[in-house]
Amino acid sequence: MRRARPAGDRSHIARLTILGLAGALVFVSLFSLTAGASDASVVDLIRATLSSDIEISARDRVIIYDIRLPRVALGILIGAALAVSGAVMQGLFRNPLADPGLVGVSAGAGLGAISIIVLGGTTLGPVVALLGIYALPFAAFLGGLATTLLLYKVATRRGQTSVATMLLAGIALGAMAGAFSGVLVYLADDNQLRDLTFWGLGSLAGATWTKILAAGPIIVLALVASPFLARGLNALALGEGAAHHLGVPVQRLKNIAIVAVAAATGASVAVSGGIGFVGIVVPHLLRLSIGPDHRYLLPASALLGASLLLLADAVSRTIVAPAELPIGIVTAAVGAPFFLWILLRRRGVLDL
Amino acid sequence: MIETRNVKVSLGGRPILHGIDFTAIAGEITAIVGPNGSGKSTFLKALSGDLDSMGEIRIDGRDLRSLKPWQAAGLRAVLPQATSLSFPFTVREIVRLGLMGGRSGVADRDLETLPDRALSTVDLSGFAGRHYQELSGGEQQRVQLARVLCQVWEPVLDGQARYLFLDEPVSSLDIKHQLVIMNVARDYARRGGGVIAVLHDLNLTAMYADRMMMLNEGRVAAFGAPADLLTDELIETVFDCRLRVGVAPLGNVPFVLPQSIRA
Repeated sequence: MRRARPAGDRSHIARLTILGLAGALVFVSLFSLTAGASDASVVDLIRATLSSDIEISARDRVIIYDIRLPRVALGILIGAALAVSGAVMQGLFRNPLADPGLVGVSAGAGLGAISIIVLGGTTLGPVVALLGIYALPFAAFLGGLATTLLLYKVATRRGQTSVATMLLAGIALGAMAGAFSGVLVYLADDNQLRDLTFWGLGSLAGATWTKILAAGPIIVLALVASPFLARGLNALALGEGAAHHLGVPVQRLKNIAIVAVAAATGASVAVSGGIGFVGIVVPHLLRLSIGPDHRYLLPASALLGASLLLLADAVSRTIVAPAELPIGIVTAAVGAPFFLWILLRRRGVLDL
Repeated sequence: MIETRNVKVSLGGRPILHGIDFTAIAGEITAIVGPNGSGKSTFLKALSGDLDSMGEIRIDGRDLRSLKPWQAAGLRAVLPQATSLSFPFTVREIVRLGLMGGRSGVADRDLETLPDRALSTVDLSGFAGRHYQELSGGEQQRVQLARVLCQVWEPVLDGQARYLFLDEPVSSLDIKHQLVIMNVARDYARRGGGVIAVLHDLNLTAMYADRMMMLNEGRVAAFGAPADLLTDELIETVFDCRLRVGVAPLGNVPFVLPQSIRA
């Protein structure tokens, strides 16, 4: 007979959920590779690769390898990055409402990205020459890092984070980044304006292997670092003092968490613009089912975030086909009401 | 032994502690008492490293502040006054956090059940599956104590005595659980560990503490055995309140002392 699970232990549910989510991501990815305006099929492609009898047109090959595959890969990277940076940030601020998009980190990262888009040919030319394709994600990372650091300084006093201060400071920082971005937009020429508009709405369209090469390594680095934060973030839920008493090097933990959030958010914003609410919806849904233990929450967030973003992308491609809606509109349309629902259900969290 | 020499703390430029000399010995409960604002919690926070302080703080001769967080976590566990959470942890998940340093001192095969033993020690058997946020303040405080106990479960590990720092451990508890918790502390001390507790209840202090430090306006007013310190004069000086020790109320006014508990 199997030993009964001890009450209050949700680790087995969490492990099963992670397995299920991994399966779901594989399924959604294959679906995304297959579905589209063209009837190019992954099944045919795989069969053609395995056996020489079946021929596949060069056009279908291009559609799958150079259009759909990078788009799916980018969707997975961005979805995972947004969800994990949301979960890490919520752990860092000890609050389920912290989200890079809401508290101005994305706006800060956006300012960095816009600077490169507008000034890349002139003032910031040397930076672009030095960093090449990494200039855009790196600038977005710096913008995100500056905002996160500032936000933490403002909202946290003696190890306790004030939620009200955090949200209000986030609004102020977002407005400030928005104002500077506005100045840059004012300076931009017609071509840059077009780029900026579509970039700002958020989209996976135009995903290329180059973009993945530019943002991917930064995102992967942040994702790989996040499991090492898990135990520390669990302890941090008790407050900075208690985490320190439990033996967690709190300052180092906070530094790594802030850099990871800024890196993941910055790189995502750089290549896909503003895709909101993934970072708040995904961890919240998961906490309801598997609990807040970050050892499971972080990988599960990565998997669910990736799947959800691919689904949102599928919706954005089909809802007004053959044109497509920027994905940021889809996530905001679903995520904003969800956020309001959290607020209505848990008015208490704001009083902390 | 935990020893401090001339510990000073300032908060926002205002001096709170003016040089505290203090000693706590393993095997004893050392109580810190004093009126509101006398610096009791501030002193405990300086001991546990939450506040920057001047002066010496030593544990068995080693500078406590120079230890790495994980080293200090194996030598002392700290119970804060209150802990609120914004994530829906279960009681078991909270208590288990005490195990993360790996210095509980129990065999690996017993680690899985240690949270249950700790919960039953604080009279919360069967609460492991509950959500922490749904518990009352007193229950939450006892869950935190169970977590703290898990961190340094064996009072002595590898010949090294370990310490519990308790900041008002019984202030939100009913009388039964005040006694339960103070008995847990006494048992920990009897088995070779040290306990330093900020207490408000002078009767509990008299009943359980082996030694006590009276603080007043950030200075040590007296240090010694409760039997020597709990005098009319000292209480009046420190607490600014004319109380008399060992006097039952006149007439038919009922009074209940924890000391009257039947074994």
